[in-house]
Formats: sequence, C-alpha cells, structure tokens
Amino acid sequence: MAAAKPVPTVDELNRPYWEGARDQRLLLQRCVSCGHHQFYPRPFCLACAGTDLEWVEATRAGRLVTFAVVHRTADQAFAGDVPYVFAVVELDEGPRLTVTVVDTPLDTLRCDMPVMIVFTEIAPDVTVPNARGTA
Amino acid sequence: MGWSGEVAVAGVYESPRRKAPGVHPFQIQAECVLGALDDAGLSLSDVDGFCTSASSPGEGAGWMDICEVTEYLGIEPTFVDGTDTGGAAPIAHAGHAAAAIAAGMTDVVVVSYAGCSYSGGGDFDSLPSTWGPWSYEAPYGFTTVASYAVAAQRHMHDFGTTPEQLAAIAVQCRANAGPNPDARYRDPITVDDVLASPMIAAPLHRNDCCVVTDSGGAVVLVGKERAADLRSKPAWVLGVGEAVGAMRMSQMRSFTETPGAASGRRAFEMAGVGRDAIDCAQLYDSFTITVLLALEDLGFCSKGEGGPFVESGAIAPDGALPINTDGGGLSSNHPGRRGVFALIEAVRQLRGESPGVQLSDPRVALAHGCGGQLTATATMILGV
Repeated sequence: MAAAKPVPTVDELNRPYWEGARDQRLLLQRCVSCGHHQFYPRPFCLACAGTDLEWVEATRAGRLVTFAVVHRTADQAFAGDVPYVFAVVELDEGPRLTVTVVDTPLDTLRCDMPVMIVFTEIAPDVTVPNARGTA
Repeated sequence: MGWSGEVAVAGVYESPRRKAPGVHPFQIQAECVLGALDDAGLSLSDVDGFCTSASSPGEGAGWMDICEVTEYLGIEPTFVDGTDTGGAAPIAHAGHAAAAIAAGMTDVVVVSYAGCSYSGGGDFDSLPSTWGPWSYEAPYGFTTVASYAVAAQRHMHDFGTTPEQLAAIAVQCRANAGPNPDARYRDPITVDDVLASPMIAAPLHRNDCCVVTDSGGAVVLVGKERAADLRSKPAWVLGVGEAVGAMRMSQMRSFTETPGAASGRRAFEMAGVGRDAIDCAQLYDSFTITVLLALEDLGFCSKGEGGPFVESGAIAPDGALPINTDGGGLSSNHPGRRGVFALIEAVRQLRGESPGVQLSDPRVALAHGCGGQLTATATMILGV
C-alpha cells in the first residue's frame, strides 16, 4: 500500500491559508502599508517590512513559470502518481506557488501558459491548491 | 583584496571509495583527514581549525555535526565552521578558513567531508518536514531531480537550450573519467546514450544526473610561512566568493540564474583576474543543468549561451575552458556535498596530479560548488 501523503502542518500564522484552501479559497497576505502581496506567509512584509498584514482572496489566475514531469521518485507516498507534474505558478497578484498541474494533457504544457488554481482534497479535511491549464 | 595569495591549500585527499556498505561516514572522514594531512606533511596534532558539514542521515551525524566529528578525530580545535550550504559548503568552509588564517585566528585548518549516500539510505526525495516553509512544498511530490529539471525546463524555454546540449556535458565528464581509476563509471557514452537513458524528471534523463556514491575528501589550508616548510606544492587561494538564494521552489527569484553570478563576481574581483585567466574549472555537476548555469553565471559565456558553448567543445580538455577533469560528479564521485572534490581536483591540476585528464601546466584553476536546489554557491580561484 502506498505510504500516506505528507499533510501540511497548520500553525498560528498559516491557519487562514490552509482553512481557506479547505473552503476552496486561495488566500494571500497583503501588506496594508504598501499593498504588496506575498506568499508564503510571514509575520512582516517582505517588500517594506511593515507588520500590518491582512488576508485577501486571490483571483486564482496565473501563469506556469516552469515544470518538471516526474517519472521516478524514491518517496513512496508519490511513487504511485507518476508521471505527475511538479510545477511553479506565478499568480496575477505576483506571488509564486509550488503546485501539481492536474487535469491538463502533458503534451500541452508550456512555460508561461495560463493556469487557474484549483483545489484537491489529499486527505480527509485537507485540501491543497493545485493548477490547471486554461489555454 | 588584502589577503589574496596569502593562504595555500597544502594538502588534499580524495577517498578511493565509491561503495562502502557497513562503513560509518566518520570512518571515511578520518581516512580523508589523515590522508590530506599526510599529503601536506602535517599530523593531527598540528590542526587547530576544523570544518565539516554532516547534517544529513547518510553523513552520520545526529546532533551537532561539527562536534561529533571533532570528537571522533580526538581534536579540540579553536576555529570551527559547520556552515551548511549543501554541496557548496566545503568550498565555503575553505574560504572562511582562508580568511581566518589570513586574520591570524588559526594556523592549520582541515576541511573535511564524507557521506554514504549509496549505502546509507540516499532518499533525496522526501522533504525534511511538513512544518513551516516546508508545509507549502510537502504536498506536491518534490524530488531532487525535479527541482533541477524545472531550471532546465525554463532555460530551454527562454534560450532554446536542447537536451542534446545538456547531454554533451555528461558525455564530456564521462570521457574525462576514462583514465581515472577510482571513477564510478569510466566507459565512454554518447549524446544518444544520455537521451536514451530513462527519464527521471523531464527534461532530465538518468545520465543528466550525478552518480551516487559512498566517499569523502579533505583539504588542508595553511598560511604562507607554514606553507614554505611543507612537502607539498602550495596552491594559493587567490579569490573566494559565496552567495545564498532560496531553498523552496516558490521562493526562487530565477530558474535560469543562480547565486553563482554573485559568488563568481566576488571571487574574480578578489583574485584580480579575468575569465580568460582560468586554465580549468571544476564546476559542481549534480546535474548537467547545474554545469550549464555555472558556465553562464561565472561569466565564461553570456546568459543563454551555455548550450552553444558546450556544443562547441569549449569544455573539452583541449577547449577554451576544460571542466571536471576527473570525471566530476556526473561520472566519478558524488556522495553528497561534492564541493570538496571540485576543490581537490583544482589543486591536483595545479600540481600536475589529476587522476583523470591532466592538462599541460595549468596555472590558475577555479572550483565552484552549488548546493541545495540551486540554492547556495561558493567559488574559489587558486593559482600556482
């Protein structure tokens, strides 16, 4: 039997992010002082060092920065999923996310192609953002 | 800069081991430390500075890696460095050690590394944690090869780099490994062989990836006065540089430029030499793309021109910039933080002692390490 998928650990700072994902909403931190969006969450703004940050819902639209099609892994939790697409997307708001590209034919994948964030339940009550091609 | 040429690498040793089942990596570290000291004509009692990084399971440490290894060696150094910048660490350590020697803080420093990735459970695909920053990567099936394949993919997209051009790097390293009796693989391969090897994480094939071994290496650094009394030919540290970028894929500013651009610039500035002064470059080759990016970031060709540069034969022993003359990590030895081997081979070339392809009278050599997921680099320029 495949090993269980690693599940993200929720902490004080990232609780809104993961609770948002469970509700199929993509939340980002935005700096109240300078308007900068950032991911992953920190207790300060990476652009201006301000500490007044709010959670805002992202559009979920972005582009595929780059990707790899994984054919082999030593991690038994993912060995049954090959080939799968390990990728980085850049959201229209600016921040980048590591994701898996789902529901998109492998031969259509291109750097800079438009993608939309979708949500995948990986364990009971645990949902993570992924990406799907929108071309 | 002030201390360029004031400190020498006076001893080097690379373990001939490649598979060492049942051997603890500290045993290999000890063999390497004694080997490098013997090469210099020094003994353990001369050592007052020690550097290693051994934080991974296959490297044997559990808690405080530097203290675990110094205890094993039975030494009580007063200068230590355990900076963990992955494969760049040994070259970073050597840079720190050289600066400390030049500042009068320490006299004889050993930089040592050993890992048993072949026998000791080389799982490079499972992340260390699901907590904090790792929580945003953990659900997505990270693999080490994939984390470099994303760089290759973007380089191909931006610059038209081809799988054949990447493969040419692996082919050259294999050719250089041919004469090296200790190299893990020595039989020649072709570009077609690389492209026919199994896809691990597209666009990287198996032969775009380094070998996985159990091994280690060590170097000894001393100041000018000490070097004059030793039996080995000193290789002078002319320039050093290091730089650190991001660990996590989502935090990478670029997939086509590494911190090597910054570490290389600093090393060349300190050494006061141009790129054309480099007679050979020992470039970290965890993957073929790692080499291509280093060639560009260090300024041996312009950004995006790495593919045509390697295809032109420039990296061959008779080319403009011979690289990885012992076979490198792609064919000879890669237990983990192989920066130590890049440094050792740079020194061996300057002494005329390469076990692979010895060049004709090289005077200036460059060693470049790259660790993590193109995360951190260290560059050292040496001369005789």
